[in-house]
Amino acid sequence: MTNSENLIALLVAAPLLGAVVLLCGGRRLDRSGHWIGTLFAAASFVVGAVLFVDMLGKGADERAMHQSLYDWIPVEGFQADVAFQLDQLSMTFVLLITGVGSLIHVYSIGYMEHDERRRRFFGYLNLFLAAMLLLVLADNYLLLYVGWEGVGLASYLLIGFWQHKPSAATAAKKAFLVNRVGDMGLSIAIMLMFTTFGTFTFGPVLEATGETSEGTLTAIGLLLLLAACGKSAQVPLQSWLGDAMEGPTPVSALIHAATMVTAGVYLITRSGAIFNAAPDAQLAVAVVGAVTLIFGAIVGCAKDDIKKALAGSTMSQIGYMILAAGLGPIGYAFAIMHLVTHGFFKAGLFLGAGSVMHGMNDEVDMRKYGGLRKYMPITFVTFGLGYLAIIGFPGLSGFFSKDKIIEAAFAKGGTEGWILGCTALLGAAITAYYMTRVMLLTFFGEKRWQPAPDPDKAPSVEPGIEVHPGEMPHPHESPKSMTIPMVVLAFGSVFAGGLFSLNDSFVNWLKPVTEFEHGHPPISATVITSATVVALVIGLGIAYVQYGRRPVPTLAPRGSLLTRAARRDLLQDDFNHVVLVRGGEHLTRSLVYVDHTLVDGVVNGTAASFGGLSGRLRKLQNGYARTYAVSMFGGTAVLIAATLLMRAV
Amino acid sequence: MNPVNYLYLAALLFTIGAAGVLIRRNAIVVFMCIELMLNACNLTFVAFSRMHGNLDGQIIAFFTMVVAAAEVVVGLAIIVLLFRSRHSASVDDASLMKL
Amino acid sequence: MNTLAASATSVGEAVQFWVLGTVAVAGAFGTILMRRAVHSALCLAGTMIVLAVFYLANGAYFLGVVQIIVYTGAIMMLFLFVVMLVGVTAADSLKETLKGQRWLAAACGLGFGVLLIAGIGNASLNTFTGLGAANSAHGGNVEGLAQLIFTKYVFAFEITGALLITAAVGAMVLTHRERTERAKTQRELSELRVREGKHLPPLPAPGVYARHNAVDIPGLLPDGTLSELTVSKTLRARGQIRDVSSEALNDLAALEQRSEERLGRETGSHEPHARDESKDPHDSHDSHDEEAAK
Repeated sequence: MTNSENLIALLVAAPLLGAVVLLCGGRRLDRSGHWIGTLFAAASFVVGAVLFVDMLGKGADERAMHQSLYDWIPVEGFQADVAFQLDQLSMTFVLLITGVGSLIHVYSIGYMEHDERRRRFFGYLNLFLAAMLLLVLADNYLLLYVGWEGVGLASYLLIGFWQHKPSAATAAKKAFLVNRVGDMGLSIAIMLMFTTFGTFTFGPVLEATGETSEGTLTAIGLLLLLAACGKSAQVPLQSWLGDAMEGPTPVSALIHAATMVTAGVYLITRSGAIFNAAPDAQLAVAVVGAVTLIFGAIVGCAKDDIKKALAGSTMSQIGYMILAAGLGPIGYAFAIMHLVTHGFFKAGLFLGAGSVMHGMNDEVDMRKYGGLRKYMPITFVTFGLGYLAIIGFPGLSGFFSKDKIIEAAFAKGGTEGWILGCTALLGAAITAYYMTRVMLLTFFGEKRWQPAPDPDKAPSVEPGIEVHPGEMPHPHESPKSMTIPMVVLAFGSVFAGGLFSLNDSFVNWLKPVTEFEHGHPPISATVITSATVVALVIGLGIAYVQYGRRPVPTLAPRGSLLTRAARRDLLQDDFNHVVLVRGGEHLTRSLVYVDHTLVDGVVNGTAASFGGLSGRLRKLQNGYARTYAVSMFGGTAVLIAATLLMRAV
Repeated sequence: MNPVNYLYLAALLFTIGAAGVLIRRNAIVVFMCIELMLNACNLTFVAFSRMHGNLDGQIIAFFTMVVAAAEVVVGLAIIVLLFRSRHSASVDDASLMKL
Repeated sequence: MNTLAASATSVGEAVQFWVLGTVAVAGAFGTILMRRAVHSALCLAGTMIVLAVFYLANGAYFLGVVQIIVYTGAIMMLFLFVVMLVGVTAADSLKETLKGQRWLAAACGLGFGVLLIAGIGNASLNTFTGLGAANSAHGGNVEGLAQLIFTKYVFAFEITGALLITAAVGAMVLTHRERTERAKTQRELSELRVREGKHLPPLPAPGVYARHNAVDIPGLLPDGTLSELTVSKTLRARGQIRDVSSEALNDLAALEQRSEERLGRETGSHEPHARDESKDPHDSHDSHDEEAAK
């Protein structure tokens, strides 16, 4: 038992070592760097698997493990340790992160083959793994914050990996800045926790929630929600995720679909006790999730860029998770379950998208795909399975996890329950619509391929891939290093949900960590399931009518007002620009104005009045004895007058 | 007539002397005006001495004269010095603390 | 006891007060308004003599005499001495150079005077004791004062003596100039003049060619310009050189005019041009140069 506990640090240490070796190793590792990176990621996965097996061998209540490395900040009354906690929740994340992470490392070997900075890319990926593992393994909020910032840094580095593209550099900066808003929430929440509880450690903090005022807990909860919104791209901090697709596709798959963006869900689930004690904050979580799930879905419907459509979908699916996490004990487990299944199918979808792009000269516009199923059979099948999983096709992963969330939403009870449930159902329909659209546009229909664009005009071409302007694409299946991970993930997409739902195994697994109650929806589960399937069919049908039966124009039609808005990410950037940027500018200008006129006016006025006063007073000190005599004489007169007055009074 | 009139006269002389100090630039004249003021004071002392039937006032006036003599000696010496260095007896010319 | 609480003096004293008081005030005004310091000093001396009479009238016989001897006799003469030293002819300009000084002085003076007079008028001084008893207590005013000075005020008196000595020493220290080098002998001075090569002969006397022979009138050079060399250094330093160049030139012009008229010659066109110039010697110098050129 002690042995396995000591292994926990190895989980983080392996990828961290990999990152250090790769980033400090220099160019001599250029030829072997990708193997080293993959090796360390795989090592971490192996350690995780060993620990998982070890954990399975114990009783449900003894599974939580703890490893304390050293006292980080040993100050009186302020104790922060570098200590790890591996319980069922962390374990789930560890397996997801290292598993999917390793697969994506393998995929990247093929995908980044022609990139001369591949070693650096793998270094960043390892850095990300280390930070993410630190995030989920930390036993206190402060260490979690370190990991939280670490994944933010890795995300920044990877989005801006092709920094020679201004759009990528800008997207990286945008992601970093928007995340900063959320990080601010987390840091303030941690400060608030410290003042309230006197500690950061999960155990004492979460146990002490019963004795704390609801107001404080609501404040902490809302700040944590803000943090989650930033990291998980939830409304209102969602704007960075679409632009983050400027990064290499494996990054989009690993960080911006499967793992990092789910950190917010982890945070809320981990802090479940706080939210349980603060119903207002919990409701806010659910509302944010519901809004985002619709928001992301609508955005996903309108995008012609395959990665951005998937990004909208990610936003929407995380909305589901956040919604579930906001339902309280009836939803936590399903949030995590959906998170895991989503990790499989969304990573698979992204890898599929990457594979398609790889074969299509980096064309990302789905309107210029079409009929690819014959040319890329493995990609088609794996992508198709992921597609079926995400729309919740009965029997596949997404069906089990999403259906549970919709049930739980209805089980919330009251008007809220109905609203949230119906929203989730509507989301399911829209999910089916936009994913079918992606599927149809990409793999079915006629070929709408276009000659490769002039690289000068379209700077989004990824480097290393030889593209000759004017050349028609020759779609081909991707190399084995890319297809194998896709196949593995497709297996996960198909079977994970069923496996988890078998005898409620996943719920039981998580039960000791996250509280669990069986929700009782006002209508029977069967009806809800049927409604879900009906919603799925409706969405699928509409998409088929729109894109399967009619020819698809290569250039996007003008579309309705909603479509145009959705193409602009539902005006999120315009909103930010108008409200935040302009508002900020105006605020700054007015502050500058106030500073210049009022503050400077007061300061300068004071200075000027003193200057003027001293200028006048200086005239009294002119050196002329007679002037001094006048003041003396006048003063004497005043004294006499005062004396006389005093006597008279 | 009441001896109090001497006081009025002294007040008048004193004020005239003070005004002279303020108005004149020639250091010697300024000095004379100061003497005028001192004399006005002396007149007051003498008048009060008479009104109170007490010789102390005259003693004070006497001391005033002695002190005035000493003051004139030193003051005139200063004026001579001033004139020597600046070739002018104007108090306005000596408005700087350097030559 | 009438002497203890008299309320009025004799009519004679009243007449004397009003007459001499007027003189005193006039003297005071003269002091501050006369342009020449020597006139101010004379006015002040007059006022002081009037004050001496008032002291006598008030029964302060000793002070009255001392006022005349010490003040009018010694102090005022000291003033005159210094006035002469500084330059007796120098008249002050009464134009005020400090902005607002005159108004301030007037306002302060008026206010101060009004306050003083109001204060005196406010006090109930209707009766007075008179010095008869006090003066006769020790056999007279001088004896009475002596009694006080050498008993009650003996320390103050001694200290005043010390003050006087100090003042005398101070005045000497202030005005004394230490000679830092040996005075040059006449031989050395003449050798110096030869070495410097200018003014070997004695300096010219004042008034030469200028139709005056007063010491403060510079001589005119043959071309009509002033020669400051002819005037004593002290007068030059005081700025007391009288400017006669234009006078002389005017005289010369008048002479020429007359002689030309007599001879019946045509007057030159340059005449009025030279006459109406400013009286500045420099200007006349210029015009003279012009004439010479023609």
